[in-house]
Amino acid sequence: MKTLALTLAAALCATTAMAQNTSITLGMQLEPPNLDPTGAAAGAIDEVVYANIFEGLTRFGSDGAVLPALAREWEVSEDGLVYTFTLVEGATFHDGTAFDAQDVKFSLDRARAEDSTNAQKALFASIADVEVLSPTQVAITLSAPNGALPFNLAWGDAVIVAEESAADNATNPVGTGPFRFADWVQGDRVEMVRNDDYWGEAVALESATFKFISDPTAAFAAMMAGDLDAFPTFPAPENLIQFEADPRYNVIVGSTEGETILAMNNGLEPLNNPLVREAVSRAIDRQSIIDGAMFGYGTPIGTHFAPHNPAYVDLTELSAFDPERSRELLAEAGYPDGFTTTLKLPPPAYARRGGEIIAAQLREVGITVEIQNVEWADWLETVFRGRDYGFTIVSHTEPMDIGIYARDGYYFDYAKPEFVALIDELEATSDEGARTDLMQQAQQMIAEEHVNAYLFQLAKTGVADARLRGLWENSPTQANDLTGVSWAE
Amino acid sequence: MHVARRLLSLVLTLVVASVLIFCVIEVLPGDPAAFMLGMNAQPEAVDALRAQMGLDAGLVSRYFTWAGGLLTGDFGASYTYRVPVAELIGDRVWVSLPLALYALLLSTIIAFPIGIIAAMRRGKAADYGIMGATQLGIAIPNFWFAMFLVVIFAINLRWVRAGGFPGWEDPLAAIGALTLPAIALALPQASILARIMRSALIDTLDEDYVRTARAKGLSQGGVVRGHALRNAMIPVLTIIGLQFSFLLAGAIIIENVFYLPGLGRLLFQAINQRDLIVVESTVMLLVMAVVVVTFLVDMAYAIVDPRLRR
Repeated sequence: MKTLALTLAAALCATTAMAQNTSITLGMQLEPPNLDPTGAAAGAIDEVVYANIFEGLTRFGSDGAVLPALAREWEVSEDGLVYTFTLVEGATFHDGTAFDAQDVKFSLDRARAEDSTNAQKALFASIADVEVLSPTQVAITLSAPNGALPFNLAWGDAVIVAEESAADNATNPVGTGPFRFADWVQGDRVEMVRNDDYWGEAVALESATFKFISDPTAAFAAMMAGDLDAFPTFPAPENLIQFEADPRYNVIVGSTEGETILAMNNGLEPLNNPLVREAVSRAIDRQSIIDGAMFGYGTPIGTHFAPHNPAYVDLTELSAFDPERSRELLAEAGYPDGFTTTLKLPPPAYARRGGEIIAAQLREVGITVEIQNVEWADWLETVFRGRDYGFTIVSHTEPMDIGIYARDGYYFDYAKPEFVALIDELEATSDEGARTDLMQQAQQMIAEEHVNAYLFQLAKTGVADARLRGLWENSPTQANDLTGVSWAE
Repeated sequence: MHVARRLLSLVLTLVVASVLIFCVIEVLPGDPAAFMLGMNAQPEAVDALRAQMGLDAGLVSRYFTWAGGLLTGDFGASYTYRVPVAELIGDRVWVSLPLALYALLLSTIIAFPIGIIAAMRRGKAADYGIMGATQLGIAIPNFWFAMFLVVIFAINLRWVRAGGFPGWEDPLAAIGALTLPAIALALPQASILARIMRSALIDTLDEDYVRTARAKGLSQGGVVRGHALRNAMIPVLTIIGLQFSFLLAGAIIIENVFYLPGLGRLLFQAINQRDLIVVESTVMLLVMAVVVVTFLVDMAYAIVDPRLRR
């Protein structure tokens, strides 16, 4: 009996010691609904599979740069209409089938087909034709020039899948990436192991486990108890200070693509009046929301653009906190006594906590809001599709999404013709300098008209074992790219 | 006769429940396809997904497809996970059911002796002590107690993991993972059960036949074992039945604290994601469990009280 116990103990020690060097266990708050990034919008899917299991023609680097992936290089024709991609050689899918140009054509045609259920179908809207030139060359012909094509193809929704396995990717993802899917215990974890046939540079980790822990307190306990090696997007900012004080952990603070806004229903009286919208913007003290709701993490923004993007313009002054001016504007607009409207809050902490603070600040200038807490499904139906709301708070996490202001019938109901023209021009432009100029004009326009009240750029706050190296600091797309992750000695 | 009557009411309850569950859940605002595809989805992509999920069929026809499937054991496929609902629920039952049984076992092991001691020592120090302790046990929220256990045993002592469930391939590890959650769940249940045990026993101890038995020379312990305990069992069994149903479905908070993949969390997640078919089937399953447990408790009454056998 005693020997048995000793052997057991020795075995346990051995596995933990080995596990320390070549495997990793990551915590995530939300479990992905399935593992097919081409069939659902949930960011949690990309957080598991992006760059690990699936790869696209291009990919995002940790700084948001668009890098080559399955496409080694590409050329653009003079008129900007034909992109010719040269593919890497020797890549195979995890089921052993070879990767070639036919798979690229299949994946892109599938994503833009009539019965496609791709959540970001708009990314492929400019593609007119995909032609296989040779097993390693694909030509994509566009209906109009689109400078953002390599960027669009870097999204998780544009990864390359194989015809043989595409239908089962939701539960058994088969990609070309450095890790292959091993197991999914629904409600608990997803496991993956190193793909030894990987075409690219071999990864240091032998296996990775993603554990799903929705409760912030449980997430804290799991990190503290050493059950997890990292929690890249830690759900409880209030606990970060405890991790900072503990030498066993690193707190990793970076930026995301999430512009957090107080969205206003521009089609609803009195928010259809730009003066009223400016009054709302000026009644809000961004820093107190960042401090109060986000425990200080977040960067104030004055327009719908990520501050870490080189094309960003700081326009926070246009809506600087000034309750006095806010009351004047309300009087000027014909609402000297303010008005009443709804504030619908989806579940994330930034919305629920931020909403209380904003409601109090708006009350100071005479605007009364009725707070309604809603679930995401409800929010999507009533606010996003039904436009039945006055205010709502939401973080727009898609990268480079200022184009949503040009969408007809979008939930904040803006789509001013001048702005639409600007975005059309931007899409047709591939010269970097000209693109930057157009993006800045667009930022300026929506900030001057106070389409929404721009609050802050959502920070990415993560916790990791101090010996871990190579985790993404920023979140250019929702992903946990493990290709560069390793353990220090 | 008693059994047949009970069986008929069991079937009727299930039919009515299935209609109610289906209607209530279908009126929830929120479209599962729109939820899956998110904010950037194009309307035609959402429509294509709705068709794929079978949501374009009418309400009545969907009810019959679902209810018919329940009868044959085919629960349909989850909208979000894309796997059969039966498989999804099956996995979770293997966490929730053992956890509920484990907690119930702990709760009865604790409650029976202390309830009996309190009743036999009524008005004495032991009784006051036990009553005070059970009062505390009821008052402490179980999630708080659960976190307290995690801080001591997982974070400070590092004896067990803070949560999660390794699976039944390793039964010892699985039982280990369920131990703290079961203790956290059992504490308030044991407190309630002990108090019920005490008062039921005190009531029977005041009965005439107990006085008669004592007058005939039976010891206090003998009376409790031979007469009073059996008669006190009916309210206790009722509570155990109710507690089991509660533990099966109501462990959601504890499942969250220990991030266990149980039925409660499945239900919670499915409601958020508008995975209606999973919600409907899980709720239906829980209703079935409650109805069946109630039926079994009824049968157990008949065993402890022969008068009910007629």
